[in-house]
Amino acid sequence: MEDGRFGIYGGQYVPETLMSAVGRLASSYLRWRGDPEFTRELEELLTRYAGRPSLLYRAGKMSADLGGAKIYLKREDLNHTGSHKINNVLGQALLAQKEGKTRLIAETGAGQHGVATATAAALLGMECEIFMGREDMERQSLNVYRMELLGARVNRVVSGTATLKDAVNAAMREWAGRVEDTHYCLGSVMGPHPFPVMVRDFQSVIGREVRAQMIEAEGRAPDAVIACVGGGSNAIGSFYEFIEDETVELIGCEAAGRGLDTPDNAAAIADGSVGIFHGMKSYFRQDAFGQIAPVYSISAGLDYPGVGPEHASLFDRGRARYAAVTDAEAVEAFEYLTRTEGIIPAIESAHAVAYAMKYAPSLGKEKIVVVTLSGRGDKDVAAIAKYRGVCVNE
Amino acid sequence: MNRIAGAFSSGKAFIPFVTGGDPDLETTERVLYALAGAGADAIEIGVPFSDPIAEGPVIEAASERALGAGCTVEKLFGLAARVRADIKAPLLFMTYYNPVFARGVSSFAARCAESGVDGLIVPDLPFEERDELLGPCVSEGVELISLIAPTSGDRIAGIAKSSGGFLYCVSSLGVTGERRELGNDARRMVERVRRVSDIPCAVGFGVSTPEQARAIAGFADGVIVGSAIVRIIAEHGRDCVGPVGRFAEEIKRAIS
Repeated sequence: MEDGRFGIYGGQYVPETLMSAVGRLASSYLRWRGDPEFTRELEELLTRYAGRPSLLYRAGKMSADLGGAKIYLKREDLNHTGSHKINNVLGQALLAQKEGKTRLIAETGAGQHGVATATAAALLGMECEIFMGREDMERQSLNVYRMELLGARVNRVVSGTATLKDAVNAAMREWAGRVEDTHYCLGSVMGPHPFPVMVRDFQSVIGREVRAQMIEAEGRAPDAVIACVGGGSNAIGSFYEFIEDETVELIGCEAAGRGLDTPDNAAAIADGSVGIFHGMKSYFRQDAFGQIAPVYSISAGLDYPGVGPEHASLFDRGRARYAAVTDAEAVEAFEYLTRTEGIIPAIESAHAVAYAMKYAPSLGKEKIVVVTLSGRGDKDVAAIAKYRGVCVNE
Repeated sequence: MNRIAGAFSSGKAFIPFVTGGDPDLETTERVLYALAGAGADAIEIGVPFSDPIAEGPVIEAASERALGAGCTVEKLFGLAARVRADIKAPLLFMTYYNPVFARGVSSFAARCAESGVDGLIVPDLPFEERDELLGPCVSEGVELISLIAPTSGDRIAGIAKSSGGFLYCVSSLGVTGERRELGNDARRMVERVRRVSDIPCAVGFGVSTPEQARAIAGFADGVIVGSAIVRIIAEHGRDCVGPVGRFAEEIKRAIS
């Protein structure tokens, strides 16, 4: 996979102006990832700054209430900045610094990746610019201010659907014009090679910890790992350790929005087809002419028309399966986990919780399911209130 | 000699770009005739795409207008076939790769040949990824035009040696759009190509005035003008044909 292909998926479908940048990034990543000094520095940032390892929490009350498999929650929401995004960002920011870059740019949907990037930039003394769709800036205005507090400049993207995909377009355009001092810190396992490989490697710490923590708690690997999928970085991070271990079922949860029978969904695998966009061959929601479809999810972080190429390949191979979860199911899971375990999950992560709520009761009590809570839900409280018709002042 | 080689056979080539279907198909058709009448040596027709990541704001907005007006690639094939009999200059489609892939690469190349589209420029299909489209293009006699950029470096020689038609030299980094000043990057790129190949070099991205066009014609074989024309179309809407024709004549004169 060092050529950036996962079966037929992946590749480097970028404008010529970006080819040297992605080529250089691929070779510098391959060099640094084997470097003991780089590994040690990153390890130190992850433990002493980001708070790793994250807890693997046994959700006893939820398991008893649902009456099936034992459920464990991988608490990425407890990381510094409140989501798994920091794992990847610290890796890329450190790499960029080693390569002499002084400026980070990034796209963001819900704002979690933008906040994480702005945080890493502040820590490492780098300049930072974030690209965010106008719609998302309105949905997540607190995160916008948070990024600005951290010293980042947030650029409003008004083109297209003014959401995550348009923010990626804007960040790619910015990078095409300024590659010398700038690293594009892509937030998910998508885009041109080497991003899908590099981001997966930085996120794979999630699954490695899960295995070690499960063995300590239960003496064995889990039977299933469940995670939400937008681009798919927390899911690949959770899955990667177990891909070769066929006894572990891998389940990604896509956003079905208002339902797969409506156009208002963001389920690229369930309701998309193979295409080429944002530098990669993968599954995308698109029309018959290959125009990328406007997508929808209550969750800004899953509101993306594609999915990372490694997920496309895992799906084709039948190694992972992908379920679609609606807004209504996700909101219900958000409220359920909050009331039952006193944990407010990100609305993105609530998609994985929702599927676990359906799946765990169908399994025997001896089975073990791990659900990755990719982020915390404080950012979503206002949106959930609005969804329920409750008016709160942010 | 095929039509594309012919475009470079008598002096410097003027290659204007328009977004197909902006503001509507009928206006695009009249603009094509106006450009041909002004002496365009080849005409690039942009296939509108939902997410044109190599474009600046002017062409991106044109793309949105065209899609909003219901333009599809199939309608543009129809347009090409209609004007083909009367326009001698080669017609090139500039399209992002997904619309090509969605139709199927073989079917797309065949439809180009059938409609009289002589070449394809696919900005998000770099040289290293082009093989799956190149085969069908070669068998249909459609030229797949490669791009090079100031950062292409050591890849320039390989691209220059094995590309057909002409090389699209991206003048400077960033996206399409008018630039007040064009640096020396384009000249250096063309010189690098010359060392290994005699493929014609046309320079685009940022060329917007007759003076810039003249300067580029001093070292390159062709000049591509896009955003400046698309901006005139945006300003004048359906009444753009006269102003576009006059601007095209000015550019043509400047490089002749």
